[in-house]
Amino acid sequence: MGTQVKDVVIKPEAPNTLLLDKHADYIAAYGSKKDDYEYTLSEYLRMSGIYWGLTVMDLMGQLSRMNREEIIEFIKSCQHDCGGISASTGHDPHLLYTLSAVQILSLYDSINVIDVDKVVDYVKGLQQEDGSFAGDKWGEIDTRFSFCAVATLALLGKLDVINMDKAVGFVLSCMNFDGGFGCRPGSESHAGQIYCCTGFLSITGQLHQVNADLLGWWLCERQLPSGGLNGRPEKLPDVCYSWWVLASLKIIGRIHWIDKAKLRSFILACQDEETGGFADRPGDMVDPFHTLFGVAGLSLLGDEQIKPVNPVFCMPEDVLQRIGLQPDLLN
Amino acid sequence: MSSVEEISNPVAENLEEDGVEEENTVEEAEMEYEEPVKGGYIFYRDRKEWADLEPVPQDDGPNPVVKIAYSEKCNKSSDCFGLQKVTKSVQVTCILHESVVFDVCRHYRRVLLQALDKDLREEMKYITAIIEDQPKNYQVWHHRRMVVEWLNDPSEELQFVAEILSQDAKNYHAWQHRQWVMQEYKLWDGELEYVEELLEEDVRNNSAWNQRHFVISHTRGYSDSAILEREVQYTLKQIKKAPHNESAWNYLNGILQDGGLSSYPGLLEQVTELQDTCSSPYLTAFLVDLYEDALETNSSSYDQQETLNKALELCKLLAEEKDTIRREYWNYVSRSLQNTYGSGDPVASSSDPPPPSSSQQPDTEPSDP
Repeated sequence: MGTQVKDVVIKPEAPNTLLLDKHADYIAAYGSKKDDYEYTLSEYLRMSGIYWGLTVMDLMGQLSRMNREEIIEFIKSCQHDCGGISASTGHDPHLLYTLSAVQILSLYDSINVIDVDKVVDYVKGLQQEDGSFAGDKWGEIDTRFSFCAVATLALLGKLDVINMDKAVGFVLSCMNFDGGFGCRPGSESHAGQIYCCTGFLSITGQLHQVNADLLGWWLCERQLPSGGLNGRPEKLPDVCYSWWVLASLKIIGRIHWIDKAKLRSFILACQDEETGGFADRPGDMVDPFHTLFGVAGLSLLGDEQIKPVNPVFCMPEDVLQRIGLQPDLLN
Repeated sequence: MSSVEEISNPVAENLEEDGVEEENTVEEAEMEYEEPVKGGYIFYRDRKEWADLEPVPQDDGPNPVVKIAYSEKCNKSSDCFGLQKVTKSVQVTCILHESVVFDVCRHYRRVLLQALDKDLREEMKYITAIIEDQPKNYQVWHHRRMVVEWLNDPSEELQFVAEILSQDAKNYHAWQHRQWVMQEYKLWDGELEYVEELLEEDVRNNSAWNQRHFVISHTRGYSDSAILEREVQYTLKQIKKAPHNESAWNYLNGILQDGGLSSYPGLLEQVTELQDTCSSPYLTAFLVDLYEDALETNSSSYDQQETLNKALELCKLLAEEKDTIRREYWNYVSRSLQNTYGSGDPVASSSDPPPPSSSQQPDTEPSDP
């Protein structure tokens, strides 16, 4: 009784070299056909989509191929009176897209095209009594939003406006018996949430509160025989977990607990040789989200063709150096 | 695939607050997808029952970079849900192509619900259908939570979540919603039985193991020794059924952390017994943790040197044979145990000067083999 261990099998003909030029072409062309059905369907997250595309292009040294002026104008049109920023023009503001917008403007060193003080007010206003953060005025609570809040404020140099003790207290209350973190207290440990919580604790200088050995063990247990990483026990591997898991391990100083060679070959197998881009697992359809996290994962593994990426912010290290932001990492 | 052009957005926010003379009569719009007439889809703006409404043209801002292009035709696999058409004094229309834009329109929808004093039971039916269609969308679950809160009625929730879980027993959002309902409305009864059913179906369901921990933590708790013993035995029984099951081992480790693995009566014997028939890297790893606990607590029940040797032997077995993908971790554990509990190392002798190198340091990143 009991199902087989879930994993994929990488076919021998899967890609095994890094096809950076193809990925750059894929991203550069993405969204140029604005009437594309898939593009339209994803409008509700457009700001994050732009952040994914720009970041991966910058990591590949190809940022200049993107339309900076157009994007900056777009972002300006997305800031609302309350200070929050929406995914697209005419949509409602949300913390997720506020962070993405601030990340994009940081890449472009143009943060002052928006009203920074109002962004800060918006973020501050979303903190709840118990220290948690809502995503928007409708009140969904999730540790993802704790991360979005402090990451946004850190990029703007305004971490001091929130109640830090309570914010930290809430995130720590989401730590589980296995050392991992979920979206709310009691929620199942999940690699995406763990990335947000370790990132949060890094930004707030509280990494000593993590049980690094226990969590590191849970994270390195995500690696399957194929070399790929899953997000929680008994799930299939997905290339985006090459980011969530790997970045978390880097933050807590245990990235070497992953078999790097096997992970690299899994990530490379997720490329599409014809279209460029990365899919969640070998043979599936590509998208910008998985393309960023595949490339960022390879950067964390030390690929020299890619710029170093910061594991907390998922942005090029040189951008953070320019801003003067070096969040703590454990040794 | 639909061809998409920019069309005028039929969303009109025309909430007139000048008072309603008569009781709100709400005419429900057609909830079904209308078959195309003469080979074409009928836009809402062309339907005679909407004729008295003024569509508001979409304003994408002065220099739209990303123009909002709305699908002219519904994807045939999804339904277009209808609108609320209210009295003449308060006319609001909102077309929801729910497979696309729940995230976009949730704001309008909630404002409508609040302003129109709408029948929330209808809204519950609506959100039930949407969630069944998009069970992995964050916003739809949060919307359901809001409706439950407004109605203050959780009576359908556990059944509904169970239905969703019957299609995907690990749906993360479904579990969060279930936990919220149980905690908010104190609906703990029967949950342990439900978890056991799920584990019968799939003993590797990590969400169910997490839920088990959630329920017990919020009810009788693990400090009750009868409960703890029941859980230990239950978990060992599941391990016998499927030894290579990370969740069960994590659970066992988790519930015993406070008390300590090495001091739990009979545990070492029971686990060692499993080695012949139910061996797995997890069992071996568990033994390493148990031995480490014995060393850390300097337990008198264990010979310290022998325990250390056993632990190191198992680490070597894991690194070299049983769990080679994590050899760096096992080598780290080995070194830590050696450094902390090892003796007879000449470097540690007090008569020698301390070494300049960091050979006794805790783990640093070793070079790749």
